[in-house]
Amino acid sequence: MPDHSAQPEKTFSRRALIRLGAGSVLIAATPLPAFATPDDVKAAQQELFGSRVIREGRVTLKLPAIAENGYSVPFSVDIDSPMTEEDHVRQIAIFSPRNPIANVARFQFGPRAGRAAVATRIRLGGTQAVQAVAEMNDGSLWSGSAQTVVTLAACVVL
Amino acid sequence: MASIRLSVPKTAMKGEIIELKALIQHPMESGYRRGSRGEQIPRNIITRFECVYDDEVVFSADFHPAIAADPFLTFYTRAVRSGTLAFRWTDQHGEMWSDTASLTVT
Repeated sequence: MPDHSAQPEKTFSRRALIRLGAGSVLIAATPLPAFATPDDVKAAQQELFGSRVIREGRVTLKLPAIAENGYSVPFSVDIDSPMTEEDHVRQIAIFSPRNPIANVARFQFGPRAGRAAVATRIRLGGTQAVQAVAEMNDGSLWSGSAQTVVTLAACVVL
Repeated sequence: MASIRLSVPKTAMKGEIIELKALIQHPMESGYRRGSRGEQIPRNIITRFECVYDDEVVFSADFHPAIAADPFLTFYTRAVRSGTLAFRWTDQHGEMWSDTASLTVT
């Protein structure tokens, strides 16, 4: 009778293991696809602004190209607005398509702010394009986004 | 208990746009982390920030768990009159911390 006990060991030979290792490196090295804005960002925007049209422009979002630490990523947003009584930014809402919660923060301004800009530090759960939507006093909505590569993601354990 | 650090210019010209910085020490526990025994650490975050200048809220913010620990804000206001600027933080349980800075407008 042939000896079958050696069989399982053979299926996991050193060669196979090396191949497996090389394969996983390949998978890790393939660039991540560009993230489409998921539905929960859309839902969060709908909750805040209803079904009003959001146009692109007037919003400048700044994030580092590579965020080494997802727990604290410097972030700034600047809106192109004269900030006068007749024409000013009412609020800015920040959205993340890859955090557990799409809402990141909301900033309210008035004409007395002088400049519609704010900077803070945020947490990012992975490589993504953070989005900002600004609401003007006339009710029009403008958006902008910035992409960042996150090396160490925040909230890995969910 | 919570330490607050502010950066407000001492003087400004009337109509000048001044930069304000405010930092408060707070863990901003997101509610998504687990402790050493695998138990979920409950959420504990500051949810609201307000800056009052000359009897008016000039800037305010709503925070979600995605704001990093020790929330740090940089924002702007137009100098209109000499007075105090009050900075106020409120957490999810309603606890409040505040600090003030005085500004002389010439």
